[in-house]
Formats: sequence, C-alpha cells, structure tokens
Amino acid sequence: MSDWIDIGALGDIPQRGARVVKTPLGCVAVFRTILDEVFALDNACPHKGGPLAEGIVHGSSVTCPLHNWVFSLETGQAQGADDGGVATYPARIDAGRVYLDANFLQMRAAE
Amino acid sequence: MTQKIVVIGAGMASGRVLEHLSDAGADVEVTLFNAEPRGNYNRIMLSPVLSGDKTYDEIVTHDAHWYAERGVTCRFGEKVASVDRGAKTVTAENGDVLPYDKLVFGTGSNPFIIPFPGHDLEGVIAYRDLEDTERMMGLGEGHKAVVIGGGLLGLEAAAGMAARGVDVTVVHIMGHLMERQLDEAAGYLLRKALIDKGITVKCSANSKEILGENGHVKALLLDDGTELPCDLLVMAVGIRPNVALAQDSGLQVGKGIYVDDQMITSDPDVLAVGECVEHDGAIFGLVAPLYDQAKVAAQTLMGAKATFVQKELSTKLKVTGCDLFSAGDFADGEGREDIVFRDPARGVYKRLVIEDNRIIGAVFYGDTADSNWFFGMIRDKTDISDMRETLIFGPAFQGSAPLDPMAAVAALPPDAEICGCNGICKGTIVEAITGGASDLGAVRATTKASASCGTCTGLVEQLLAVTMGDEFESKQAGICGCTDLTHEEVRRLIKSQELKSMAAVHQELGWKTSCGCHVCRPAINYYLLADWPVEYQDDPQSRFINERKHANIQKDGTFSVVPRMWGGMTTPNELRAIADAAEKYDVPTVHVTGGQRIDLLGVRGEDLPAMWADLNRAGLVSGHAYAKGLRTVKTCVGTDHCRFGTQDSTGLGIKLEKKLWGSWSPHKVKLAVSGCPRNCAEATCKDIGVVCVDSGYQIGVGGAAGMDLKETQRLADVASEQEAIDLATAFMQLYRENAKYLDRPYKWIAKVGLDWVKERIVDDLDERQALIERFELSQSIYQKDPWAEHVAEQANAYQPIADFKLEAAE
Repeated sequence: MSDWIDIGALGDIPQRGARVVKTPLGCVAVFRTILDEVFALDNACPHKGGPLAEGIVHGSSVTCPLHNWVFSLETGQAQGADDGGVATYPARIDAGRVYLDANFLQMRAAE
Repeated sequence: MTQKIVVIGAGMASGRVLEHLSDAGADVEVTLFNAEPRGNYNRIMLSPVLSGDKTYDEIVTHDAHWYAERGVTCRFGEKVASVDRGAKTVTAENGDVLPYDKLVFGTGSNPFIIPFPGHDLEGVIAYRDLEDTERMMGLGEGHKAVVIGGGLLGLEAAAGMAARGVDVTVVHIMGHLMERQLDEAAGYLLRKALIDKGITVKCSANSKEILGENGHVKALLLDDGTELPCDLLVMAVGIRPNVALAQDSGLQVGKGIYVDDQMITSDPDVLAVGECVEHDGAIFGLVAPLYDQAKVAAQTLMGAKATFVQKELSTKLKVTGCDLFSAGDFADGEGREDIVFRDPARGVYKRLVIEDNRIIGAVFYGDTADSNWFFGMIRDKTDISDMRETLIFGPAFQGSAPLDPMAAVAALPPDAEICGCNGICKGTIVEAITGGASDLGAVRATTKASASCGTCTGLVEQLLAVTMGDEFESKQAGICGCTDLTHEEVRRLIKSQELKSMAAVHQELGWKTSCGCHVCRPAINYYLLADWPVEYQDDPQSRFINERKHANIQKDGTFSVVPRMWGGMTTPNELRAIADAAEKYDVPTVHVTGGQRIDLLGVRGEDLPAMWADLNRAGLVSGHAYAKGLRTVKTCVGTDHCRFGTQDSTGLGIKLEKKLWGSWSPHKVKLAVSGCPRNCAEATCKDIGVVCVDSGYQIGVGGAAGMDLKETQRLADVASEQEAIDLATAFMQLYRENAKYLDRPYKWIAKVGLDWVKERIVDDLDERQALIERFELSQSIYQKDPWAEHVAEQANAYQPIADFKLEAAE
C-alpha cells in the first residue's frame, strides 16, 4: 500500500528545475518539467557523484552539471554513449502539492 | 561454477583483460592487487598530464565505481608477497592467503636505472608512474633538470618540464634522438624542434657520475668533464620486465615471463600479460600488442581458444607536438634505394626505403597523414614499380585520382588499421558509422577507436565525413541536436525576426526538441538577453548552475565564493569580513586568484545566502567569478606608489570595473590596466588591456592566457582616460552583440577581423556612441548585485524542500 508524504508545494520547484529532499541515506532530487510533471531520482550522478538537482532540465531529461551526462527523468538511465543510471522513486502531484512514496523512501533507508 | 581469479598488477594490459571478461559476462570472481595505490589509468597519457594539457582525473580508465560495478575486489597499495602454485594460493603482504583457480601476472616493467655512482641520490628519478610525473610537475619555474635518455619517454619528460618553465638538458648516448624509431635526418628535425622549445640537447654524450650534495643530486658529470647542474635528474633509458615475483614462484623466466600463444606460463593455471612477458623471444613496450595479448588471455580464461600473433609494427607518435611515423626496416644497405621528400619550410621529411620494388621501411617527420597507406604497402609487400615516380606524394596522387584531402582515407582498404592503440580497422569504424554512430563520441563509445592516445582522431573524423557525406558536415554546423542552424544564423534570425522569447525561437526556427537542451539553452538565453535587454526576461533555468546560483560548483558539489575587489583593491575591513565569513562557514580553502581576488572554496550550497548576507553587510558584492561576463579588472599601483607609473592605472581600473561589472557576455571577459610599459598587471594577455604611457593610454584587445596564449592587438592609442573608458565600453558591447556564445574576444576577432572592429569603434564616432548607449541601457537592467537579490528574494531555494534526515534520527 502506498503511503504518500507531502514534501511541499509544486510552486516551490521551478519549472525545468529541481529541489532536493534530504534522507538519511543521501539526497533525492525532485524535478519538475515544463509540462509540470514531477520525477524523483537519486541526486548523485553515477559518474562522479555530481548533484543532478543542479543540472539543466530539458524535455524529460536532466544534464549533470559536472560532466554533462544526460539522464532520462523517467527511467533514471544515462542517455547516449554513457552507461549507468540512478534509482527513481514514485512521485505525484495532488492539488498543487508534491508527494513522494514513503515506503520507497524507507526501503531506501533500509537498504 | 564461479572461477576465482587473482590478478597481480592493475595496468593497461590487465585492465583490458578485466574489460573483456566483464563484457563477455564471464562467471568470475576477481581480486586485483596493485602496488601503486590506485587503479588502472592510461599510462600513455602521463605526458599530457606532465605538460598540463590533461589532469590525472581525465586519464583514469577505471575508477572505483567501475570496479565496484563489476564486483572486482581491489587491493590497491598492496603487494603480493608470495605465490604457492602447489596449493594454488597467493599470500598478500599482510599475511592474507587467497586461493585461486587462475592467476594472472600483469606485473609490468621496471624502469632501468643505470648504476652510475650517485644513482641513489635524492632527486634521481625514473619516468614511470604518477609519482614521478608529480615530482617533475612540482619542480617549478627556473629550476634545472637533466634527462638521461633521448627516447620517447625521455623527450616527453623533457618537453613537459620545459613547458613548465624548467631549464632542461637532454643527454643521449647515441648520435641522434630516438634512433630506434627515426633515421638521422628525422632525428635532426626533432632535435631542432626541441632546441626551439629552449631544451638543450647533447647527443653522443656519455654520462659518468651523478654528483650530489647533502644526499641530494647536484649535477651530472659527463666523461668529457662537462658538469651539468640540476635539481632533478630523470633517467629514462629503458624498461625491464618485472619478473621478480614470477621467478620466486618458480615460473620459467627469461628476459620476461615465458608465455605461449595462449598467454599461459609454464604453469597451466597461471597466465601473464603485458610488459612483463616474453613471447617467442620478444618483449613488448607499445600498447597495441598488449591489448592483443589481453584479448587472448581473456579468451583463454573463459576456456575459449585464441592465439596471440606478433604483428609487424609501425610506430606513430606525437612527440612534443611533432608528428612522427616509422615502420619496417629503414637502415641503409646494399640493394636498397631511398625515395626522399623534404620541405624545409614546413619542416617535413619523408623517406621510403625500397628493395626489389617493394617498400620495406618508412620514416616520416612532420606530416604523417598518409602513413597508414604506406604501412599497408609494407605489410602487403605491394609492387610499386608502376607508381614509383609519384609514390612519395601519397595515395591522393596515384593514378588519376583528384587532389582531395579525403581521398587518402577513402582509398584505404577495410582492414587498414586506424587506431593503433586498440587495433581498430577502417572496416569496423565504417560499420559503426553506418550502424548509427554519427559523431566522434559515438564512434569512440562503440568501437574504442581514438579513445586511448587520440592521435588518430583526425582520421576518424575524416572517416565520418567520407562515410556520411554532407550529412556529417551539416551536423557539425548546427548548434546541437536540437537545430541545424548555426550560432551565427540563430543570432541573425533573433534580430531580423524580432524573436524575443525562448518559446518564439524554438517555434519560429523549428527546434526539433520540446525545450532545447543543455547546449543550446544557455546560448539562446544569452542571445535573447543581449539583443532584447528590456523585452526579454532572463531565464535562470536555462543557465548553467554556476550562473543560476552565482557561485562556481566544485567537483564535490560544494561551491566557491569570490567577492568583488574593485581594480584588485581591498581594505582591512573587507579582509576582516572575508576572514570572519571563512571561519563562520567552515571554509576549508582560501585561495588568492590570478585576477587579484580572494576565492573561498568548499562552501555548502545551503550556506550561500547567509554567507552572502554577511559579506554584503561589509559592503562586498558578487565578484561574478562564475560568469560569462565581466570577471576582473587587474591593476598595478600606478602613480599612487610606483616610481615608474605614468598614469593612475589603479583609478582607471576601478572606473572600468564600475562601468562594466554585471554585464553578461558570450564568454568571460578579463581586463587589466598597467601603469607603465613594464606591464606588471599583465594587460597584454587580457581580453581588454590598457597599458599607460606618458602620452596617454594604449588600448589592446583580444589577448588570452588560457587554453590559448594570445597577445593583445592594438586597438588604438588615446590621450584621455575618458576615451579609454569609452573604447573599452564600445568594444564590450560590439562583442556582446556579435560574437558566438563561448567565443572569447580573440576567437571572435579572428573571425571578423580587427579592421572591422576598428571601423566601428575607433573610426566611426557615432557608432561608438550608439554602442555605449546600448550598453548603458542593458546595464540599467542587469547591473545589480545578484547576492543581495537572492538573499532578499529566494534564499529558500538554496535549502532542501524537505528534510527527513532529522525525523529519521528521532
């Protein structure tokens, strides 16, 4: 059963931008696209740990600010020639608020 | 069943074995020992690290993540003490005993140190690993170094140190440099090129003794009595396979560890690869055969049949910027004839050695473009009688083929080797291109061609052009994958079609993606704000993080903070505020920059607004050290203090900085003002540099001291300070309105010509004034302290949106 927790207002995340949620095991980046979809991904690029939340968001992708690896926000997988990926977490919007799945975040903590 | 493999040595050959095993999904459990405290890096690339063209991080081929992902247990910085082949175990230095099913030796080679008297003095090193490289890098300008050995490694060490301002002498025992790869004529050209770089070269020189003082090297003594003083002595006279452990383990060893065609040693469960092996009487130093060995060893480990064959080798090198190629046998001899081509003006030398109408050897210096074609003819023993007269001019001149730079590459057969490091042939690359690899990066990713030393990059690009035709060129020209239009075309259309928003650009110019990408968005955002300062609203989400958060992101995700110091001037009060902020926010590193500013590095993103607020209170504002915009104006103290100063250079610097700060531009812009021609502020290598003279001000533009080193070109000499400020302002605006994003002024001037610039801002006073007015209009909107603005309006955006760390701890 899903247990959705409210992390903040959609308006607090800029369009084509991201904000960070801190968890006991590192940060999760919550992205908002130009179409107002939200996606939650691990914040650390598998290449050199770059903070993905600081990257440029384009379409449903984000470019890591350190060395320009591009990741799909939908799958967490690196695009193009680069190989790797980050974990993704369920996220949704309801009445202008953004929710993450608490069970998933806890599973993450338990890992 | 999972096979336990222990690998001793993390070098280029054993690293490639691991790659093959992992690519094939082999069911293995690998433990990797390495005496060096790190994993595999591209040893060929130590020279670019030494010369400063690359950093160590860029030459790492396997990082910790790579090993972790493949389940390789790494024991770096640990040696293997012994091997018990009977029990099939290895014992680590700390006493751990590890069983193996298969053992792989990749122990590499040791540099050979000639046991001259004094060879064990402090300051006598080899050139082998990162530590040696760092020793050379740390020597510093004005020091002296001697390199013994005029082979490839010795010369790269010499050139790398010379590039860092070290006074270098190369001592070589043979009559000419690189005698194994070059003939005398090519050796002469190479020597000349080195002397031009300020390196002293002594050939036919015998070293006798290394002299020391207090245990440290002081000089090298030659047998003719010459003393060459030095602070560091690099011995680069060759390598010896490292066989000590193999010998202690009872394996059969000659010059190297004996291996058969399957890379198996005298023990069927022990393999060896790389520079430590001896195969069929030969030992190996170049990377191509090592990679072939690695492929075979991986197959053997997986139980497949593969055979290592020694190939005819050619050497294609770039030594200190000079292209060299040699292959086959190029010694003089009876029945051998030479065909020689020389172009002294270009420093080109080509020699083919012919025997029985076949090419048996070749040496090229300065132009190695056709070397693959010639190497193919040596290997295939092609009869050249029909083309003898034009042979030396290369494939483009054979038969009726037209003079076309692409013809040479187009004419290569599919099995012509393009990438020597990885043994990749033309056919493999063409296959990858037709399979969809449409740029250099994609070819590298799919074939590994040009991914090691990079000397074949030009050939791979030509193959892309030949295979894809016009499609490749048009792809080259567009800004990115989102559009086929070039930067220049987009800039023109933004003005002519009056496009005033990102959405308008995407729609009207037919962008192929929904909202651009990280390449085009920052460029378009800049063009729009530069051309429509009033109408367009700057879009932070289209800016790189540094400009979005007004701080430079560092490799660990922290930021750096640089307050502005007008004209490089500061006060005790400002310094106190900076020191207080550094302490309050636990700043780990405080650094003074080349632009006369103080850089506070390692600041957490969350602390930025509070730190800025503190600095603001002391009157400090953002130094825009992160901006494609005005960075710094560096000054000397001019007439204020200096007995040579001719004008108030400090005052002019401050005025220029107050006028130009806060403006965005296609790339960063740095200024300097020197108070006299002694030029202590180094104004002649800045984007805009003013040198004060008794009669006024010399204004130079288009200097640089980064990737390229450029001296400024003189824009004009003016008599008054106001004219100097006007010219600098008009130049800035002309650059802002016309240059391509990420072109520094020197690159832009190279495209439009300095005369074009002069016509508009020196000769045409109306145009100068109009430019200044447009600049001032833009400044009325953009000249503001972003720190104060962000502290007041969006400090929250720097914090996490939610924090579950605290709750979890409760």
